[in-house]
Amino acid sequence: MFLSTERSWVQQAVVYGLLIMGLVIVVVPFLLMISTSLKPQQYTFEYPPRLIPSEVSFTNYVQAMGKDLFFRYFLNSLLVAVLTTATTLLISSMLAYAFARLDFPGKEPLFYLFLVGMMIPPVTLIIPQFLVVKALKLYDSYAGLVIVYVAMSLAMQTFLLRGFFEGIPGELEDAVRIDGGSPWTIFWRLILPLSRPGLATVTIFTFLYSWDEFPWAHVAIKETTRRTLPIAIALFQNQHLTQWGQVFAASIVALLPVVLVFALFQRHFIRGIATTGMKG
Amino acid sequence: MKARPSLMERCLAVPSRIYRARTAYLFLLPGLVLFVLFLIYPMAYSLRISFYDWNVIKPLKSEFVGLDNYKALLADPIFRRAVLNTLAYTAITVPAQMILALAVAILLDQRIRGKTFFRVAYYLPVITSWVIVTLIFEYLFNSQAGLINYLLRDLLGLVGEPIRWLADPILTMVPINLLGIWKGVGWSAIILLAALQAIPAELLEAAAIDGADPWRRLQHVTLPLLRPTLVFLLVVLVIGGLNLYISVLLMTNGGQPLDLTHSVLTLMYKETFDRLNFGGGAAISYLLTAFVFVVSLVQIRLLRQRVEQ
Repeated sequence: MFLSTERSWVQQAVVYGLLIMGLVIVVVPFLLMISTSLKPQQYTFEYPPRLIPSEVSFTNYVQAMGKDLFFRYFLNSLLVAVLTTATTLLISSMLAYAFARLDFPGKEPLFYLFLVGMMIPPVTLIIPQFLVVKALKLYDSYAGLVIVYVAMSLAMQTFLLRGFFEGIPGELEDAVRIDGGSPWTIFWRLILPLSRPGLATVTIFTFLYSWDEFPWAHVAIKETTRRTLPIAIALFQNQHLTQWGQVFAASIVALLPVVLVFALFQRHFIRGIATTGMKG
Repeated sequence: MKARPSLMERCLAVPSRIYRARTAYLFLLPGLVLFVLFLIYPMAYSLRISFYDWNVIKPLKSEFVGLDNYKALLADPIFRRAVLNTLAYTAITVPAQMILALAVAILLDQRIRGKTFFRVAYYLPVITSWVIVTLIFEYLFNSQAGLINYLLRDLLGLVGEPIRWLADPILTMVPINLLGIWKGVGWSAIILLAALQAIPAELLEAAAIDGADPWRRLQHVTLPLLRPTLVFLLVVLVIGGLNLYISVLLMTNGGQPLDLTHSVLTLMYKETFDRLNFGGGAAISYLLTAFVFVVSLVQIRLLRQRVEQ
């Protein structure tokens, strides 16, 4: 707000001018993607490039969806993302409950172990994870994707939920305990229902992470029919270098759930980013 | 009449340390198993592999080679080039993201209409997956009909011939670096915006009354108060920069031309999964992990010192 104390008409104009300039730089690439997906194939390389297609057609969408098991990839991504999200929610909230509300020997070192886990660059783990998953006979399976996604999400989501759980007043917990409630009752009936915003944030971030994840799925899946969308789209582009219309049609379909989730839960998103520094 | 308390109730009434610890460990168990099996153990396993000429088919027949994998890497010009590319990317994209994000955050912090709209729009590149934004940039920088060449040649007249961005090892770095900045600014801006909003308006008003112009207010009030956030961003963005992977893998088709465009991680991928040199790949991943740890520790240390001063 350091400009706002002496606002003039000129300053306002400069602020809007700069914001709109930034907006153009951010949005034009997306507009170009949308318009290319709506152009008939012969206009993909038209020169000069047009942001508004001279002729609108949905052929690219029809062809992309009919091709290469697209629907299957969409379902694969959905299955993997839903399973990853549900498992992460359960396991990370259990961890967070123990760290926030229970006493046990070794609490500090264990918590630091999780923090260190957050610092490991994920891609550097794909070689040993590949060997472990292979040894457990989970290579080239949905389970192999889900289990690694859950493991990779745990530390960050536990960290986030722990903050939420610590904010719940201890008196509520004492009341349940006096009524004879066990820690499990407290967890299920008190802590979880009172932490809906935190659980929503975990749901959004985990869903988007597993929906978009590329490096691990790229090495962990071999069979064509088990590919997830990011892999399918990247490989499709690699094989059909000039069919940008179809590549972008498929990309837009993959992007729609992401934009939808973001639009619906914008507030949770911003809070999640601002409080934990997670990347979207 | 009172019923005899059950074992569980007695345990709860007199919360014995053992019972409570056992409950805690039950809550921890599933997460801990996954975490150890798929994160901590792989981390240790990878270190071991990096000392072997690893045999993927028969791991037990792998030959121990000591530090040979590391020595081979440090002597390999392709690895050095990959390190150089990655460091250059980090050195370029991190300051650019921070400066632009600060500008965006300051603009969004003004009293403006459509704040939510701008915030959502600036965030679009962040929520879009690396795969999709990389493809968009490949199309933008296409040599025949890409928008960038059109802007440079036909609109601005800066170049005569269309530039073949993706065919030259140096020029390819332009779209890769610009993509890193373009995709990252929105995320840093949201974090900085939250930090800006936490600064009490009275502080800035007081500075204004004392006659400080906007530039001085930024320099002497806002920036010092933002320092912890800026250092946090620096750490996260540097780590992100060193982890450069998907955009390079897709845009250069895995280091083409001539393995000159690799990032550290795309080279790790190629060594491991194309050349099946698991030992060499693990050594690369270990060098990167160690470097990331050292860099973040140094940065956190610097943060502490400055705050204490």
